[in-house]
Amino acid sequence: MNLEFTAEENAFRDEVRAFISDNYPAQLADFGMREDMSPEDMVAWHKVLGEKGWSVPAWPSEYGGTDWTPTQRYIWSEENARINAFMPLPFGVSMVGPVIYTFGNDEQKAQHLPGIRSGDVWWCQGYSEPGAGSDLASLKTTAVRDGDHYVINGQKTWTTLAQYADWGFFLCRTDPDAPKPQQGISFILVDMKTLGVEVRPIKLIDGGYEVNETWLTDVRVPVENLVGEENKGWTYAKFLLAHERSGIAGVARSKRGVEKLREIAGAEMLHGEPLINDFDFARKVSQLEIDLAALEITELRTLAGEQQGKGPGPESSILKIKGTEIQQRLTELTLEAVGPYGAPQYASISGEGSNEYPIGPEHAHHAASTYFNMRKTSIYGGSNEIQRNIITKMILGL
Amino acid sequence: MDFNFTEEQAMVRDGLSRLVREQYDWETRRSVVDSESGWRPEVWAQLAELGILGMPFSEADGGFGGGAVDAMVVMEEFGQGLVVEPFVPTVVCAGGFLKHSGTQAQKEEHIGGIVDGSRVFAFAYAEPQGRYDLADLTTTAKKDGDAYVLNGHKAVVVGAPWATHLVLTARTSGKQRDRDGISVFIIDKNADGVVCRDYPTVDGRRASEVYFENVAMSSDALIGEEGAALPVIERVVDEAIAAQCAEACGAMKVAHKMTVEYSRQRKQFGVPIGSFQVLQHRMVDMFTECEQSVSMSYLATLKLDASETERKRAVSAAKVRVGQAAQFVGQEAIQIHGGMGMTDELAIGSYFKRLTIFDSEFGNVDHHMKRHIGLNGG
Repeated sequence: MNLEFTAEENAFRDEVRAFISDNYPAQLADFGMREDMSPEDMVAWHKVLGEKGWSVPAWPSEYGGTDWTPTQRYIWSEENARINAFMPLPFGVSMVGPVIYTFGNDEQKAQHLPGIRSGDVWWCQGYSEPGAGSDLASLKTTAVRDGDHYVINGQKTWTTLAQYADWGFFLCRTDPDAPKPQQGISFILVDMKTLGVEVRPIKLIDGGYEVNETWLTDVRVPVENLVGEENKGWTYAKFLLAHERSGIAGVARSKRGVEKLREIAGAEMLHGEPLINDFDFARKVSQLEIDLAALEITELRTLAGEQQGKGPGPESSILKIKGTEIQQRLTELTLEAVGPYGAPQYASISGEGSNEYPIGPEHAHHAASTYFNMRKTSIYGGSNEIQRNIITKMILGL
Repeated sequence: MDFNFTEEQAMVRDGLSRLVREQYDWETRRSVVDSESGWRPEVWAQLAELGILGMPFSEADGGFGGGAVDAMVVMEEFGQGLVVEPFVPTVVCAGGFLKHSGTQAQKEEHIGGIVDGSRVFAFAYAEPQGRYDLADLTTTAKKDGDAYVLNGHKAVVVGAPWATHLVLTARTSGKQRDRDGISVFIIDKNADGVVCRDYPTVDGRRASEVYFENVAMSSDALIGEEGAALPVIERVVDEAIAAQCAEACGAMKVAHKMTVEYSRQRKQFGVPIGSFQVLQHRMVDMFTECEQSVSMSYLATLKLDASETERKRAVSAAKVRVGQAAQFVGQEAIQIHGGMGMTDELAIGSYFKRLTIFDSEFGNVDHHMKRHIGLNGG
C-alpha cells in the first residue's frame, strides 16, 4: 500500500501540464464556469482537445479513447483543475457517447461519435419532466410509431444549455401499457432543428439561463434514431447515470477552490488582520480541507478498484453525495469570506471594459451567483436523497 | 499508487479475524472485562505466537520486518472485536521509541520481550494539568550523578495495571511547557517508588493513575537524547493515532453492521424499521462516515514516514475526521437501536462507549483541528 506516483505517472503529469499550458485558450485561464460565458468559450478547450485526440479519455480506444489508466485520468483532471479549465461539457462526452458506443448500432456510432469527440456537435439531455424529477420513471412524453417514424409529444425540463444544442437524447414512453413504469421507455436521439421542437430558457436564481423547458409537439423522428431496443431505454438511462456519477466528485476542482478561498481570505481583512487568521474562519476552512482529503482518498480507492476491473459501483453514490456537499460548502465559505461585497448584483452593474469605477474587489463579483448556482449540484444527477436510496438498496440490502 | 494489501498482510488479517471471532465473542469479552484482571494473558501469548507482537520490528531487531500498514491491519481487526489487550502501548508506543531512538543495548534488552509477549508496556505521557499538550509536564527527572530521580503524577495510563514496564515522559530541564528539556525513559513498573492506583475505564479497559515518588533510574533508562525528545514523542503519538484510527474504523464497521441487522429484525407498525426511509438514510450516512474514516486511516498510516509537516497534517486531519465519525456512528447506532440500545444487554453499547473514548486519547477533535490550522502557516 502506498500513495506515491510512479516515474511514468510523473512523466505523464509533466507531459499533460506542458500541453495544457501551451494550448489552453488564454482568454479563459482561471475562468471556471461563469454565467456570462459565451457558447464559443464553452467549447473552445473541447475543440483543442478533439484535435489532440484527448477529448474522450475514458472511452475505449477503438472509439477514440486514450487508453489512459484511471490514475492517468486522475492526473489529467488534476492538471486541468490547476488552472480551473472549463472542461468539455458532459452531455456528449460522458453521457450519450458511452450509451451510443455501448448500445448503439454501427450507423449511429459512425454518425454521432466523431462530432462528440471533436466538439462540433452540441448535445443536450431530455430526461426530467415537470412531473418526473426524482421519480424519473413516471415520465409521460410519448413516442408513437407511425411508419418509419416516431411521433414525439411531451414536455421536458431542466434541459441544460439546450438553447445551443444540435442534438438531444430523450427518454420517451413507447409502451404505455407496460406492467411497470420502468418498462416501456425508449432512448431516442432527436435533431433539435426538427419541426415541433421548441426550447424556452428558464431564468435561474443566479440570474443565468443554463436550463430550459423543451416542448415537443408532433416531432417526427426517423426510427433509425432509436438506440438499442425499443422499451429498453431505462437500462440505458441507468447505465448513463452511473457513468455520470463517476466523475462527479470534482476533487481536483475543489482542491483548486480551497486554494482560491485561502487567497481570498488572505486578502479580506477583519480587525486589521487577514480573515484567514481568524480562528473561527480558519477552522471552517480546515474542516473543509479535511473533508476533501477524505473524499480524495475515497475516490482514489474507487479508481484503484476500477484499475482492477471493478466498474463504478454503488460506492460512486458516496462520491456524488460528499463531492457535491464539499463543492457547495466551498461556495458558501467564499461568499462568507467576501462579506458585504457579496450583496451587489454585478450582472446589472456596468460590465468589464466600462469606465466606471468598479464596485468591490474582483474576487467578490461572482461569489453570490456561484453560491446560488451550486445549490443545483445536490439536486441534479439523481438528487443526494436518491443516491442514499441507491446505497440503501445496493449496499445495505434493505 | 496502490491500495492493496500484501499476501502476508491478508493472511494476518484473516488469522486475526478468526481469532477475534472464535475467542472474542461478545459473552467472552464481557466476562473478561468484568473479571478481576480485566484481560487475558493467554490471548497475549497467542498474539506473540502468531507473530503479531513482533510484526512491526525489523528482522535485525528480532521482529518480522513489517511496518505501519501491518499495525493498521491488526488494529482494524482488534477494533471489530473490541480487543482490550495493550497492543498500542506495547508494540506501537514502547516499540516506536525503541525503534526510533533506542540504542542497540536497549533494543536487545526490551524488543525480545515484546516480541515473545513477556514484556508488556504502558505509555505514561498525560498529566492532569496538561490535557493534550505533550510538552506540558510537571513530572521531573533530576540528574543525580550518573542516574536520575523521578517525581510526578501521570494521568489515565491505559494498560498500566497489566504492564510490566512503563515508557514515560519527564522534564529533565526547562519550564513546565517548554518544548525543550523533555526526555523519555523506560522503567520497570515494580521499581521502588512507583505507585499505581488502578481502575477500569468506561470502555472496558484498565488504566492507572501513576505516581512517581523519588524513583531512582539508571542512565540506561533514558531512551534517546536527554532533553530533546519532543519530536520523537510527537512522532510516536502520531503512530499511535494512526493505529487507533484503524481500530475505530473496525469498531464503526461493526456498529454499522449491527445497526442495519437490528433494523431488519425489529418490527414496529407491523414492518421492519429498516423499511423506513428516514432510518435508511441515517444508516447510509453512517456507512459514508465509515468509508471516509477508512480513507483517513489509510492517509494517516501512509504519511507516517513523510516529512514532519506532512505527517502531522495527515494525522491531525485523520484524528479530526475519524473522531467526528466515531461520535456520529456511535450516537446513531444507539438511537436506531432505540430502548434496546440503552440496555447493557446488547453489544452495541460497548461499541458506542469505545467510539466515545477514542476522541479523548492522544488529542481530541478540537486539539487536532488547532494543530491542523497551525500547520497551514496562517
